[in-house]
Amino acid sequence: MEMKHKLPGVKDMPAEEFGNNDYLLRMAEELNRDGAGIVLGTMDELINWGRSNSLWSLTFGTSCCAIEFMALGAARYDMARFGFEVTRNSPRQADMIMVLGTITWRMAPVLKRLYDQMAEPKYVIAVGGCTISGGPFRGSYHVVEGIDKIVPVDVYIPGCPPRPEAFFYGMMQLQRKIKMERFLGGRNRKEKESENAKSDGE
Amino acid sequence: MMEMEEKIKQWCPAGGLRVEESGERVLVVMADDLENVCRRLHDDTEEPMDYLRDLVGVDNGPETGTLSVFYQLESARTGRRLMLRCDTRGRDAEGALLPTVSGIWHTAEIKEREAWDLLGIRFVGHPDMRRLYLRENWNGHPLRKDYDMNSNVLDLEAETNADVTEEFDLMADGTLRGHENVVFNPDDFVVNIGPQHPSTHGVLRMRTALDGEMVKKIDPVLGYIHRGIEKMNERLTYPQTLALTDRLDYLSAHQNRHALCMCIEQAAGIEVSRRVQFIRTIMDELQRIDSHLLFYSCLAMDMGALTPFFYGFREREMILDIFEETTGGRLIQNYNVIGGVQADIHPGFVSSVKKFITHLRGIIHEYHEIFTGNVIARTRLQGVGVLSREDAISLGATGGTGRASGWANDVRKHHPYALYGEVDFREIVYTEGDSFARYMVRMDEIMESCHIIEQLIDNIPEGEFRVKVRPVLKLPEGVYTASVEASRGEFGVFLVSRGDKVPYRLHYRSTGLPLVHAMDTVCRGGKIADLIAIGGTLDFVIPDIDR
Ligand code: SF4
Repeated sequence: MEMKHKLPGVKDMPAEEFGNNDYLLRMAEELNRDGAGIVLGTMDELINWGRSNSLWSLTFGTSCCAIEFMALGAARYDMARFGFEVTRNSPRQADMIMVLGTITWRMAPVLKRLYDQMAEPKYVIAVGGCTISGGPFRGSYHVVEGIDKIVPVDVYIPGCPPRPEAFFYGMMQLQRKIKMERFLGGRNRKEKESENAKSDGE
Repeated sequence: MMEMEEKIKQWCPAGGLRVEESGERVLVVMADDLENVCRRLHDDTEEPMDYLRDLVGVDNGPETGTLSVFYQLESARTGRRLMLRCDTRGRDAEGALLPTVSGIWHTAEIKEREAWDLLGIRFVGHPDMRRLYLRENWNGHPLRKDYDMNSNVLDLEAETNADVTEEFDLMADGTLRGHENVVFNPDDFVVNIGPQHPSTHGVLRMRTALDGEMVKKIDPVLGYIHRGIEKMNERLTYPQTLALTDRLDYLSAHQNRHALCMCIEQAAGIEVSRRVQFIRTIMDELQRIDSHLLFYSCLAMDMGALTPFFYGFREREMILDIFEETTGGRLIQNYNVIGGVQADIHPGFVSSVKKFITHLRGIIHEYHEIFTGNVIARTRLQGVGVLSREDAISLGATGGTGRASGWANDVRKHHPYALYGEVDFREIVYTEGDSFARYMVRMDEIMESCHIIEQLIDNIPEGEFRVKVRPVLKLPEGVYTASVEASRGEFGVFLVSRGDKVPYRLHYRSTGLPLVHAMDTVCRGGKIADLIAIGGTLDFVIPDIDR
């Protein structure tokens, strides 16, 4: 028997309320094409439910965007509602890395190293214009124009800085992505590796 | 001023003194006289120029064959300001030399390193001529006008830092001889803190030598957020340069931009309306409260107290709401523009500000009850990390840090701008110089800022919120400066115009650079466990240091 993958909702938000779904749709299609047994599929769902609702992030705040992230930790925006409240300062204990702020050339090797130190499966969220493209500092002699030149990025959150709501949206997108993944069998892992190789080659 | 210049003239046997006055008044000293002049100015009995506000290098262009350094001086006693300039003989390794003043003003130690790093000016006699922001293997000096933007590539290899540094001495026959100085001995126990550390408030890295748990030496390694803003400025038109100031010290976004606008307005001869002055002053003070609340939150959190963090952010969100209403931004507001402000204040601005101030006055006692009076907080702050007044001045540690050491340095008081000359407020000065005094200065300043806002908020006059300014502005040739009291010290703008629509050189005095530099002085001999708390009370924001 096979099970059908559909787009997952997060925290009472149905999938239709999210935009930018092409990527996830493609993932669902692929998963359905490959097919999965009910047992394995249900196990996957259970594991992913746990994984996506307890994302521990390694905060890598270098500048302004990091301050907005602090606001997320405080009472008003309270990211604990979504299971994001545990931030780690050691890459060994983190599931994902939130890159907040401009990455300069001097910092780039540090970021790469921290990413390499994280255990699989791992995810990267690029927050703010700076991490996406260099932002306002594009064209400087010391700014990395997009961290996807160094590490593979799962979710981009644009803004300068993004509003707290945008942070949530981006983080929930990551949750949905994780919910879609096949944890047992590692199909997506392979895809990640090729992504990785691609970005290395650039 | 005249007597002062007469005096300086006598101290210049080698080449005399030339006065240039386009924009600011600049006294041009020959390199051979520089040390003598600086020493005597510093040691003057009536009006000692003991505070080196900034040391800025400028490239005069390959065609002139020289580089210049501007020395902005101030007397902590009288508040008199003075600007010296000294030119190098050439641009190559033998010519781009100047005598060091790091033995006279401690702060020059780090600023001369900056000038070496970015402009390639070597300071003879400086004990530590390493690069400051860029990697040790960097090619060229980016602020040179003929710097090739493609001369470096992104290097993903982890870097190693040398434990020795070079010093250059000028021999009697005019040749330069280098010798090595030791930063860390091979048997020093060096702990690396940062750049990715949750309690260093950004990407600061400190190489710390320890003796047991005592700090022997701190060597700050900067540049992890060096974005090259000053080089970018040289390609941006004046209105465009404004965008980057908010992103320096984002907790002084309004004040930083205020300074740059003031500088450009003064150079272009633009007069802003009184309404704008009111709005700018109120916004600056709101920003100060915002910053100090964040200071409180972070300091408490660094020391392991979590509840105060929530207190601080609770009130801070209210300020952010006020900002957002009027400017559309929470953290980065892009509000001040040349000739005024971006948009008029929101109709609800006055009432929400008043509501907020009343609320804050009513609730601030909670802050003190939970943290100020707390016995753990007090033991960890009182008597710890003492900075003397002399050191504070010599290091150029302005803002709350200097005022906690008894140095009255508030720009708002001593060089009033906007409406600070008209409002009544107290300059908060403590004399203990320890972490607790630094903490209390900020807490008291929150109340003073409330007091300033209360005097203004009901009297905002009618008028234009912005005068028309052409989008492409050309400033007359000359040197212009402006300074404001930002949330954590004196923020300065130094602008050289050659009459173009882009600045020839636009430099910012970082409020945080001297504070990071002070870490070594303050922490030495103290316990490593206090380092984070001391760093928290010095209150620096790293992007503003690295620029
Ligand atoms: S995107 Fe904007 S707010 Fe975020 S770090 Fe860059 S400049 Fe700062």
